[in-house]
Amino acid sequence: MAITGLFLCLFLVIHLLGNFQLLLPEDEAQLQYNAYSAFLSGNILVKIIAYVLYISIILHSIDAIYLSFKSRKSKKTRYRYDARKRASKWYSRQMMLLGVILFAFLVIHFYDFWYPFKFGELPLDQQGNKDLYQLVIASFQNIGYVGWYSVAILALFFHLLHGFFSAFRSLGLYHPYYAQIIKLIGVIFSLLMCIGYLGIPIYIFISS
Amino acid sequence: MANFIAAKIPEGPLEKKWQNYKDQAKLVSPNNRKKLEVIVIGTGLSGASAAASLAEMGYQVKSFCFQDSPRRAHSVAAQGGVNAMKNYKNDGDSVQRMFFDTLKGGDFRAREANTYRLAQCSAALIDQAVAQGVPFAREYSGYLSNRSFGGVQVSRTFYARGQTGQQLLLGAYQALLRQQAKGKVKIFNRHEMLELVCENNTAKGIITRNLVSGKIERHAAHAVIIASGGFGKIYYLSTLAMGCNASAIWRAHKKGALMANPSWTQFHPTSLPQSGSYQSKLTLMSESLRNDGRIWVPKNKKDARNPNEIPESDRDYYLERKYPSYGNLAPRDIASRAAKEQIDNGFGVGELKNAVYLDFAKAIKDLGKTTIQKRYGNLFDMYEKITGINAFKEPMKISPSAHFSMGGLWVDYDLQTSIAGLFAIGEANFSDHGANRLGANSLLQACVDGYYILPYTLQNYLATQIDKPKPATHSQTFIDAEERVKTQLQTYLNTNGTKTPDEYHKELGKLLYDYCGLSRSRKGLTFVIKEIQRLREEFKTNLLVLGDTNQINSELEKAGRIADYFELAELMCLDALNREESCGTHFREEYQSDEGEAVRNDNDYAYTAAWEWTGNPSQPELHKEKLVFKNVSLSTRSYI
Amino acid sequence: MPMKLQLKIWRQKNSDDLGKFNTYELKDLNPAMSFLEMLDTLNLQLIKNKEEPVEFDHDCREGICGQCGVMINGIAHGEPKNITTCQLHLREFKDGDTIVIEPFRAKAFPVLKDLKVDRSAFDTLIASGGYIGVETGQAPEANTTPIPQEIAEQAFDAAACIGCGACVATCKNESAALFVGAKISHLASLPQGKAEREKRVLNMVNRMDELKFGHCTNTEACQVECPQDISVLHIAKLNYEYLRAKFKK
Repeated sequence: MAITGLFLCLFLVIHLLGNFQLLLPEDEAQLQYNAYSAFLSGNILVKIIAYVLYISIILHSIDAIYLSFKSRKSKKTRYRYDARKRASKWYSRQMMLLGVILFAFLVIHFYDFWYPFKFGELPLDQQGNKDLYQLVIASFQNIGYVGWYSVAILALFFHLLHGFFSAFRSLGLYHPYYAQIIKLIGVIFSLLMCIGYLGIPIYIFISS
Repeated sequence: MANFIAAKIPEGPLEKKWQNYKDQAKLVSPNNRKKLEVIVIGTGLSGASAAASLAEMGYQVKSFCFQDSPRRAHSVAAQGGVNAMKNYKNDGDSVQRMFFDTLKGGDFRAREANTYRLAQCSAALIDQAVAQGVPFAREYSGYLSNRSFGGVQVSRTFYARGQTGQQLLLGAYQALLRQQAKGKVKIFNRHEMLELVCENNTAKGIITRNLVSGKIERHAAHAVIIASGGFGKIYYLSTLAMGCNASAIWRAHKKGALMANPSWTQFHPTSLPQSGSYQSKLTLMSESLRNDGRIWVPKNKKDARNPNEIPESDRDYYLERKYPSYGNLAPRDIASRAAKEQIDNGFGVGELKNAVYLDFAKAIKDLGKTTIQKRYGNLFDMYEKITGINAFKEPMKISPSAHFSMGGLWVDYDLQTSIAGLFAIGEANFSDHGANRLGANSLLQACVDGYYILPYTLQNYLATQIDKPKPATHSQTFIDAEERVKTQLQTYLNTNGTKTPDEYHKELGKLLYDYCGLSRSRKGLTFVIKEIQRLREEFKTNLLVLGDTNQINSELEKAGRIADYFELAELMCLDALNREESCGTHFREEYQSDEGEAVRNDNDYAYTAAWEWTGNPSQPELHKEKLVFKNVSLSTRSYI
Repeated sequence: MPMKLQLKIWRQKNSDDLGKFNTYELKDLNPAMSFLEMLDTLNLQLIKNKEEPVEFDHDCREGICGQCGVMINGIAHGEPKNITTCQLHLREFKDGDTIVIEPFRAKAFPVLKDLKVDRSAFDTLIASGGYIGVETGQAPEANTTPIPQEIAEQAFDAAACIGCGACVATCKNESAALFVGAKISHLASLPQGKAEREKRVLNMVNRMDELKFGHCTNTEACQVECPQDISVLHIAKLNYEYLRAKFKK
């Protein structure tokens, strides 16, 4: 859980950096973003990493399903009156729910962008690369799409808020000082990811 | 005319006795040990350490406790520390000194050889505990720290914050469970011993009740060890756990084991006072509080002012007044008795007028709040949790409460009772503390008995059992014993009267506290014996216990314990009445000096009173073990 | 000022019974009374009315033995943090309050009767490795191995666990990670505990799974309800020790 989770965190950063190209001036953005997409789909090294990524997502999900299956309660072990929530953060208890939202998001995300890019017919840009850029921009001008996207990113934010430090704990970071530092870094990281991933569609939506 | 009994103390000079004993004790070879079975009742420090040590040697051990886990035994609640002669402070400690302090603290009513052995074995205990992982307090250098405790002049008390008992117990408990995993110990938690099975005055096993299923079970063994702790809970309000009881001891007594000095109970001066009739227990606050707290009551009985508004001139710091050299640090028995005197004379404070003040205002002023916070922070927190009062702002209210039983089953030097094959260790026996126990000596005695003494002395007995088969549980003796237990349980259920076991316990406790507690008198004892007899008869016909025997039934458990308390209570009073002197915690009002101090009578009472059950609780037979002091001269304890 | 309380208490005849809530009324309670004394009072009232009293676990009543423990208004050991049930007093409630009392629930802690549960799984965990394997007579002189004060203090922080089971009862996954973590951390930080370090953690973690305790997801609720305020970082230490042992293997 922790290792796949942290790997996915790393991917989030790279993906976000790539996405920042969308914020360049329009013409430049279109060419560079499409070239970048083409590069990613062609490079063998990137392909290997991509497969590791897919496997990570699947393992992370399977692990999660296994864990929640294990902690499933029978009628005998369920509290009839339950106020235990006061002792922990809601998102730390709802990682599964947040995860399901994220998984659904991923499926749609792949369907919207990855699938048409890989297998669909997309117009070409000036340099002859598939024009993923236009597809992305078009999606982000749709208020419904941006709304759904924002919900998913908020889910990501809370998922990271708990998941980041929790992963380090699971890997055995027990030193009180460094555990505190990691908790802080986790908050900053979650915020940055949230601002970054939310900023792009909102910027595109507003500027269009 | 009383009979005299002997303790089988080995020959030789005091310092060589234990070594001589070990050199000559019989041994059992390792391949024979696994054929021998031992039952241990209780899993506190003495029971757990004995069971673990015996299993490590190779014996088959069955360990019983009434709690839901061996780790809950009441040794867990000991706060202050454990004494050991290490002389790490280079301050002149020695076995001889520790021996003398213990003997003097006990007002010269303990057996010399046992007390000396306790001091001798003390050092090894610290080594053992540290090796088990007990996190004792340490200096910055990493070496063990210790402190002075309970009015002795050297530092020999080792401690783990205020949870020394817990940490020592966990060490023993873990050692016990390690043997369980190895299959050498079988643990029976939620089991209560209800009968000792004897044949020809030799212990053959026990009858127990499974407290979950209610099943009555027979267990046979080559030897039975009682490590069931003290019975201060007989006073109902005490510092003991709710489940602490005398039943294992008492049922052994009724099978022929002598009870020694049963009336000697230590009252702890710094526990929290009772706040109402519903109260079930008096929480102990560590004695260390008296190092910086000052004890006082208002000079005027009717002074209803808030304590902070009472000026110095209207306060009576009675300990400082009466015992100028020791002041607030006077030994437990003296501090407790002085508090009771103030309360009895109407100077008590609090809603029920049953407490005295323990005031930290001066210490906070002199040393600063931070220092006091550092020293006693956790105790102040605990006080606030229980009473809702912040002791930094207002003096604590404290009162004495029943704490430790110096008395118990009579044992010889081997820790064997007057029944062959029945041993008693820890607080359940009587041997080492005399008439008053020194602070931090109880954990020590429990551990030393279990780790270092019993493994030798029990083996000396078991060596005679090798060729004897394990007693059969289908023998007539076992069948009869089981029947008696079943009949007795059914009797409690059938009585169908109007009063619950707790109601009787409270009444009995109050009687004992008033007449056989901190001070006793011939008149009071004679009166209370009649009262106990009356109440006991009423109990037999008016007890109310619901439910049945085939399930969890706490009330049924209590009923059996109270029935035993009723008989023990009378013996305590008879014992107190018999001893016409004041010594240690036993204060007979008739035997005091003009200044109100205890007056001992070494000519007539330098003996251990060991009582034999005759079938009639009102007519026990007295046996005497003469206490011979060859190595110390008997002095008068003086703390003025 | 006397208080009146309404109690909704879980009644269950034995481990097979389905159980249900019963409602009881208590009057004239003293706010200085402890929570368990309130249950004593209720039981006295019940017995006098020829109703079976409520069974609950308790022993020392001073917060150290770990035997008491129930869910009070849905919280392990009740509303105040880092407290045991026996240390809870009625002044924490208001006159006229309704208090819901349930047993600790977990697959590893079956209910025996009413509020009594079987926590012997904790003993099984300790037996699987929660000790230092020194036998009586083997110990060297205590001061041969100095232990820095801060290490001894850290070990104590972990060793303070009273084994009440509130951590499991409050954990949404019913994990015993805090209990096991505290023991692992206590013993692994001391030089005496190093020899069995790997074996201990592997055995205890495996046993934890066998006993149907759940997995820790770091919600940190356990520390809040722990009477000894044992830090969740001991769970991280447990993870560290486990991974370390796995790699070494």
